[in-house]
Amino acid sequence: MIEVRWHGRGGQGAVTAAEILAHAAINEGKYAQAFPSFGPERRGAPVLAFNRFDEKPIWTRSDVYEPDVVVVLDPTLLKTINVVEGLKPNGILILNTSKKPEEVKEKYGFKSNFAIVNATRIALDIIGVPIVNTSMLGAFVKATKILKLDSVLEVVKERFKGKIGERNINAVTRAYHETTIVG
Amino acid sequence: MAKRIAIECSHAISLAAKLANVDVVAAYPITPQTHIVEKLSEYVADGELDAEYINVESEHSAMSACIGASAVGARVFTATAGQGLALMHEMLFIAAGNRLPIVMAVANRSLSPNLNIWGDQSDMMASKDCGWIQIYAENAQEVFDFTLQAFKIAEDERVMLPVAINFDGFYVTHVIEPIIALDQEEVKKFLPPRKIPSYALHPDHPTTWGPIGLPDVQTELKRQLEEALRNSKTVIKEVWKEFGDMFGRYYDFFEPYRLEDAEIAILMMGGHCGTARIAVDRLREKGEKVGLIKLRLFRPFPDEELIKLTKNLKVLAIVDKAFSPGGLGGPVFTEVKALFYNQKIKPEIVGFIAGLGGRDIRVDEFMVAVERAKKALMGEKIDKGFMFLQVRE
Repeated sequence: MIEVRWHGRGGQGAVTAAEILAHAAINEGKYAQAFPSFGPERRGAPVLAFNRFDEKPIWTRSDVYEPDVVVVLDPTLLKTINVVEGLKPNGILILNTSKKPEEVKEKYGFKSNFAIVNATRIALDIIGVPIVNTSMLGAFVKATKILKLDSVLEVVKERFKGKIGERNINAVTRAYHETTIVG
Repeated sequence: MAKRIAIECSHAISLAAKLANVDVVAAYPITPQTHIVEKLSEYVADGELDAEYINVESEHSAMSACIGASAVGARVFTATAGQGLALMHEMLFIAAGNRLPIVMAVANRSLSPNLNIWGDQSDMMASKDCGWIQIYAENAQEVFDFTLQAFKIAEDERVMLPVAINFDGFYVTHVIEPIIALDQEEVKKFLPPRKIPSYALHPDHPTTWGPIGLPDVQTELKRQLEEALRNSKTVIKEVWKEFGDMFGRYYDFFEPYRLEDAEIAILMMGGHCGTARIAVDRLREKGEKVGLIKLRLFRPFPDEELIKLTKNLKVLAIVDKAFSPGGLGGPVFTEVKALFYNQKIKPEIVGFIAGLGGRDIRVDEFMVAVERAKKALMGEKIDKGFMFLQVRE
């Protein structure tokens, strides 16, 4: 079983991103869960969302304590939250940052594998607002290889109609290509 | 055709109510129930469900509206949680006593204070004596199936009782997971429209419901309710069997897990049974003969069936997500203890209270409960037989 923890701020769409992944995985015939951090969320406040993926039915209802994957939507969260808490030794951290891999390593001293993408740039360029959740979906697919890019795009298309849908699809795809995996 | 879909558990219950083609929904939104009624109001607004959606000013009014609608013969659905159920309390008894087949989803939530929107079972347990059939679901599939079955059970002429489908706030309600969803044709075959009883309220033949019950009739009325609840077990079994024959998913009052040669079993209701199963697996890996009994039906309580199921057990570790302050433990625990009092052969029964106000019950905590329960067998008893599993001291 693969467990994922999403770190974002209220309004950035971390919960929606987790939902999209669960839909995509279930459409692929896998078993999956997506759930929010069960709190009174407020715009701008740190929020969590979670995923589980497996090839067999998932029983646990427990929180995620030792994720295999951590996704960080907002780099400013790194100042106040230990985002790698509980991350498995062979797990991977996926970070939205404008920094280069060496800078990230130096600044945060991550011992785990990590992947980076400038999702804020992509979201601003393509969607016009700094809502990075769909861009981070592209990074997730590239960095984890758990799901097919097409199945994620399919769900994004269903979720966001018309022009917004098109832009989000472009954001996912560009982020997929621009994600750098380190270590 | 049945189709495998991804769905939030809350929406699975809304979808089931839509497929049941309910006539009336009267509800007041309250976390963590909100998504259920939001979806239903969307169905009605979008013309996908031809029902009367009654916006009310409180849960007391919601249940009152449901009672009126059900009395005229409508198929009625509502949903609530926590404080909402508490505010409904008075009317719950009226619905059951008047034998109205209302179906209600309860997104189990803790009761205030402190203001806590999260899950435990203290809301339904505070109303457990209301005369409703009370079912507890573990996951989205059960929530979906139980809702469809509930209408059929409730509306059966041999039953005519309201049904509450309970599922844990957040830990179940807010999780997106896969289910096999039935389509409208399949549901139609299983669940025909409600047959309007001859005594239904109608302006052409007015009747009085629930007038004064003098001391000379109240006992008989209450006894009738008791009998109706007891007898509903047969119908529940029948409906679950019919559902299984049609769609391949069979249900029983219990879902045992690795129980065959077990000496110790965890007994519990609701979503955390999933986590408990993993604890059972871990203990089995260590060679412990442990199993799990998931209890689905709390009212009517499946008494004889539980005695039969547990006949080879040495220890029963019962985990309750509610308790009665100053009382003798959690509701399932006290029920089971009372059940076994007159039995010659009985397991050691140990109670644990856990998962209050949304506190997670982790795999290792279930393992601790089993270890502690085992000690009772060696004579290391717990004072009053039960304890809080997760108190920080």
